[in-house]
Amino acid sequence: MDLLLGAVVLGVLLGCFYAAVSVGLSVSFGLLDVPHVAHPAFLVLASYGVYQLNDSYDLDPLLAGLAITPLFFLFGLLAYRVYYETFERRGSDAGVRGIAFFFGIAFIIEVLIILQFGVDQRSVTATYIGKSWRFGEFRVPIRQLVAFAVALALTVVLAVYLSKTFMGRAIRAVAQDEEALRLMGANPVRIKQFAFGIATAVLGIAGALLIIVAPVEPTLDRAYIGRTFCVVVMAGLGSISGTLIAAIILGVAESIVLTMFGASWAPAISFAMLLGVLAVRPQGLLGR
Amino acid sequence: MKRRTFLGGAMAVAVVGHGSSAFAQQSPIKIGMSMPQTGGLAGGGKASLLGIEIWRDDINAKGGLLGRKVELVVYDDKSSASETPAIYAKLVDVDKVDLLFAPYATVPTAPIMPFVKQRGLLLMGNFSFQVNSKVGHDMWFNNAPWGPADSWAASFLDLAQKAGGKNMALLTADQEFAQNLALTARDVAKKRNIPVVFDQVYPPNTVEFSSIIRALKAAKPDIVYVASYPPDSAGILRAVNEIGIGDDVKIFGGGMVGLQFAAVMSNLGSLLNGVVNYNTWLPEKSMYFDGTKEFFDKYTKRAIEAKVDPLGYYLAPFGYAMGEMIAAAVNSTKSLDQKGIAKYLRENEHKTIVGPIAFAADGERKETATLQAQFRGVKDKDIEQFRSSGKQVILFPDKLKTGDLISPFEAARK
Repeated sequence: MDLLLGAVVLGVLLGCFYAAVSVGLSVSFGLLDVPHVAHPAFLVLASYGVYQLNDSYDLDPLLAGLAITPLFFLFGLLAYRVYYETFERRGSDAGVRGIAFFFGIAFIIEVLIILQFGVDQRSVTATYIGKSWRFGEFRVPIRQLVAFAVALALTVVLAVYLSKTFMGRAIRAVAQDEEALRLMGANPVRIKQFAFGIATAVLGIAGALLIIVAPVEPTLDRAYIGRTFCVVVMAGLGSISGTLIAAIILGVAESIVLTMFGASWAPAISFAMLLGVLAVRPQGLLGR
Repeated sequence: MKRRTFLGGAMAVAVVGHGSSAFAQQSPIKIGMSMPQTGGLAGGGKASLLGIEIWRDDINAKGGLLGRKVELVVYDDKSSASETPAIYAKLVDVDKVDLLFAPYATVPTAPIMPFVKQRGLLLMGNFSFQVNSKVGHDMWFNNAPWGPADSWAASFLDLAQKAGGKNMALLTADQEFAQNLALTARDVAKKRNIPVVFDQVYPPNTVEFSSIIRALKAAKPDIVYVASYPPDSAGILRAVNEIGIGDDVKIFGGGMVGLQFAAVMSNLGSLLNGVVNYNTWLPEKSMYFDGTKEFFDKYTKRAIEAKVDPLGYYLAPFGYAMGEMIAAAVNSTKSLDQKGIAKYLRENEHKTIVGPIAFAADGERKETATLQAQFRGVKDKDIEQFRSSGKQVILFPDKLKTGDLISPFEAARK
């Protein structure tokens, strides 16, 4: 029983971390319909930025994540503008060609990281990494608690931003009916570009969490493509609160399977759950 | 200028000129290989390749092999088993290489074994484990110090039993190398009546090991044998540090790949203390042979430019040793006949910078030279500390031993 309870607790922490690394994709893919397969590569790039600041200036990884956020916002604006001008503006097959475009970006990022940092694993140092809090016999890694708290805050802030602010509502509106927004005098491309900037900026913090939770290496993005898309699709496209719930379900399922049933079943169970959700609710858990 | 000096100089120029033109006229001897340059194995692959390149430069500086320059034909296999069959077919059929070196590691090497056997080609193995056990190719020679299949697990369990270990937990990655290690570990444990109280295989890309370590701890093992790959080893040790592993554990480690690489060691720092893990070369007094120091002097300089493992202990000198063995065989047989080279390699003991190497019938070392070493007194964030002796005390084999095991594991970590 203790083992099961522990697995659930660790699973919730892991799930919140999955939410943090997926929530940007929920905006870019879920709301904007951009086939952003380079999302995990952006995430790993952010981790390396955090590593550089931590290594050179001994800056706390979370502060380093905050510091690179504006840079990632600009990077997001630029990436979307190139994508829009090159593909989206030109026609209906933007989706397929867009996937190729973002795959290309992902490969370029990977190569640039290798050229700059080499292929070795990199990690950061902070007082909360490598230590745990003890609750009786049960111990929880502090880095996971940090990831949990930050991920939760990040998801809540983004959800509130998208539902309560003028710009957030505009982003939701452009996701629902771009043409109607244009008729009302707004510029949907600008709104989408801004939203993509937000989705990328979020990766500054998510990248910090990634390297806090585990060391990173240049090809780590491949490990996260499946997980992040799984979370976003299971959540229901564009649903931020759904992303959190789906990520927690995934984290808890993985953790229970790892603890109780044998580690090799973990990936199969996760994807079986995704298929199950899609079979029962094709629109995802909180999709409309 | 004196007449004698002038004549001497002129003769020297003529000899050098003649030599280099002869060098240029003959086609080079091409040695082909794939090597992980990207992906999870790239850290090791790059260091291994640098070791081979240093040998190539040394041998070419000495006039090459059979008077011909040595050239390497290298492709990136991206650490993937699916890439290597096509690469080796290309090396043989399109690039027409004269000799083949295997890529670093078990996973990319395993799928090319049937191909080299079918074509009757000599393959110098590069740190794979038991890839020839089922194929039975008689022209396979592994540069790794593993030795007989069960010696790796046996040496670890010897240490464990001497420390009072009576049951074992096994945690292994779901891939070829780790599974081969686990297989032999289970066999040795069975022969010695050591019950396996926890036996888990974790999938690649496991993000967080806390849950697995909790389950392992709950089984209350006193020997913990881990066979993990570089991306996971750090995650496992972090989780062990945070979750704890229990006071019963006498010895922890055994087959963790990654803990030999400078970046990983530097990242983990003091978390390494107490871990007993396999290794291949360490800067301990017993490990220096003819040419070892000169090799590392060259490696250290070139590693910085090449942005590879600054220590390079694990693979690089063994890459150099592959070249040394091939050079000895080619020079002795005075040909590139692969059967002749294989016969020479099989029948002789070879002097290398990592010590004498002799092969058994299966192409693995006759005697194991795999080190079991315990990390001690490691500080955080200091790569240079690993250049001095005493940070990884050699517990096995006896002829290379530099200290005794500190047990239990929790005590050894302090």
